[in-house]
Amino acid sequence: MEQSNIYAPYKMKIEKITEEAPLVKTFRLKFMNEQDAENFSFRTGQFGEYSIYGEGEVTFCVASAPTRKGYIECTFRQAGRVTKALANLDEGDIIGFRGPYGNIFPIDEWKGKNLLFIAGGIALPPMRSVIWNCLDLRENFKDITIVYGARSVADLVYKHELKEWEDRPDVKLVTTVDPGGETPDWKGKVGFVPTVLSEVAPSSANTIAIVCGPPIMIKFTFPVLEKLGFTDDNVFTTLENRMKCGFGKCGRCNVGKVFVCKDGPVFTLTQLKQLPPEY
Amino acid sequence: MEIINKILDKSSLTVLVEKLNASGKEVYAPVNKKGITEFEKVANLQEMDFDCIATKQSAKSLVFPKVEKLMNFEKTFDDVIVKNVDITAFPEVIAFGTRPCDAAGFIPLDAIFTTDNVDEIFKARMDKLTIISISCKKADDFCFCTSVNGGPGNTSGSDILLTEMSPNEYYAEIITEKGKSILDANAALFKDSAVVDKTPLVAKIEQQFTEEVINEKLKTLFESDIWDTQAMRCVGCGACAFVCPACGCFDIQDETKGKDGVRHRCWDSCGFKLFTLHTSGHNPREKQAQRWRQRIYHKFSYQPEQQKQFGCVGCGRCSRACPSDMNIAEHLTQIAKG
Repeated sequence: MEQSNIYAPYKMKIEKITEEAPLVKTFRLKFMNEQDAENFSFRTGQFGEYSIYGEGEVTFCVASAPTRKGYIECTFRQAGRVTKALANLDEGDIIGFRGPYGNIFPIDEWKGKNLLFIAGGIALPPMRSVIWNCLDLRENFKDITIVYGARSVADLVYKHELKEWEDRPDVKLVTTVDPGGETPDWKGKVGFVPTVLSEVAPSSANTIAIVCGPPIMIKFTFPVLEKLGFTDDNVFTTLENRMKCGFGKCGRCNVGKVFVCKDGPVFTLTQLKQLPPEY
Repeated sequence: MEIINKILDKSSLTVLVEKLNASGKEVYAPVNKKGITEFEKVANLQEMDFDCIATKQSAKSLVFPKVEKLMNFEKTFDDVIVKNVDITAFPEVIAFGTRPCDAAGFIPLDAIFTTDNVDEIFKARMDKLTIISISCKKADDFCFCTSVNGGPGNTSGSDILLTEMSPNEYYAEIITEKGKSILDANAALFKDSAVVDKTPLVAKIEQQFTEEVINEKLKTLFESDIWDTQAMRCVGCGACAFVCPACGCFDIQDETKGKDGVRHRCWDSCGFKLFTLHTSGHNPREKQAQRWRQRIYHKFSYQPEQQKQFGCVGCGRCSRACPSDMNIAEHLTQIAKG
């Protein structure tokens, strides 16, 4: 009989690699074992541990939407040992994946509301899962606005999908790049995400704001949202802390008494304000 | 189950250890090697160091080894063959001569690994561990078990607790089913006994504070500068976590040789800067004081909330091991008074 091992990854084949930006790639992964594919399900907001045997494991969200069946995707920037090794892989290569771990974006509770997505840089991937999840259930929501910024035009990820969102009449997309990051033919905005957000000034009435970005962006975005009238219960974010196990044992991702892996990664601003600033 | 009271002669104890070995169980007991006493595999009681107050390292490695294989993998031309560790092959282990604090340490450790998501590897080792402890006749200045709901004759965590009544006689409390199975298999060695008052037989250890007071104080101390003051001399070596019977934090690392490899779980420490360092360079616990605060909060605030268990048993090992003379009992006393 096969023994269960909480640390055992699923074997996944890299079906497709997309170059998103300098050093940023998206992998589309398929389960090699059909039974695994059938048993697996996840919900938007959850994450996993991706591994290269011999190099180790790395934590990313699932960047695809649960409404897109048959595969999962992850998007990563080459930065450390494992992501550098991942970046050297080709389509057809095998990696490990275990998950899904963590809580979810409660999109069922957002029915009938406007959604405002605010993302910065490489933090669009976790947001992309929930954006596509909501777009695939478009009739459940009212206005959908996406504010996305990156350091430079080249650093914007999912360029083809940004185009798709821009062209959709039922999505309002605002893209921006940091001052100096624009190109001569850049048609989006120039400025940091919090500044652009206050210019766009979306209404807080019946609206849920979902924010994900580097700590500095988050820090300056929350006050803007507050000024726009968003209550803390209607502001969601997803945290990232260094992780190893993914299920509350290895001890490093805690923020106060909560584990980002087990009790998060999705938190409301109300919950966040009750925690010490250890993220 | 209700505790069964027995008496065991020293000679019977010697026979018991031999019989446990003969039955295929691995018996680990404190052994003094060149002045340092650690838990080692023993064949008989003569090898054991009965005088040791606390081994340098705790007994936790019997269920949570310093480095432990999670799986093997082999890379072939176009595939990876992964082989899970065989948890059925783990040996039956007896921890013999553990102190009540050592035995108590397995409770929070078990809570970490089996609350919510069960770590099957840890659980398999824990299921095969039987703990036969010996009450403490003496203590040193580092011992503070009585301040953390323990005591020199405390039964928590032990399957059998032995208390020396005279050089030739031990009072044996059979506490759990695991303990009873040892009693049943060796019934002839045990004599019946009434309940014995252990108080005069064990060390006197003064209570310095209570866990509950620490827990209460921590509710308002997070932003206090007490952490800076206390951690000023901490060098972040992590020795405290490595010797702690209740510390369960770990890292996962791969090791390869050619096409073969192993994924390991290894001890880690919240005292290390790398423990929480993000790839971006950002570190949520950048300063040593923040890491010291995490250690205290984890044990006395977060663990009681997450797993209904305090994460400290008062063995004092961290203070004995600290190269910069930090003393957890003193620091906790300061917190309790502050």
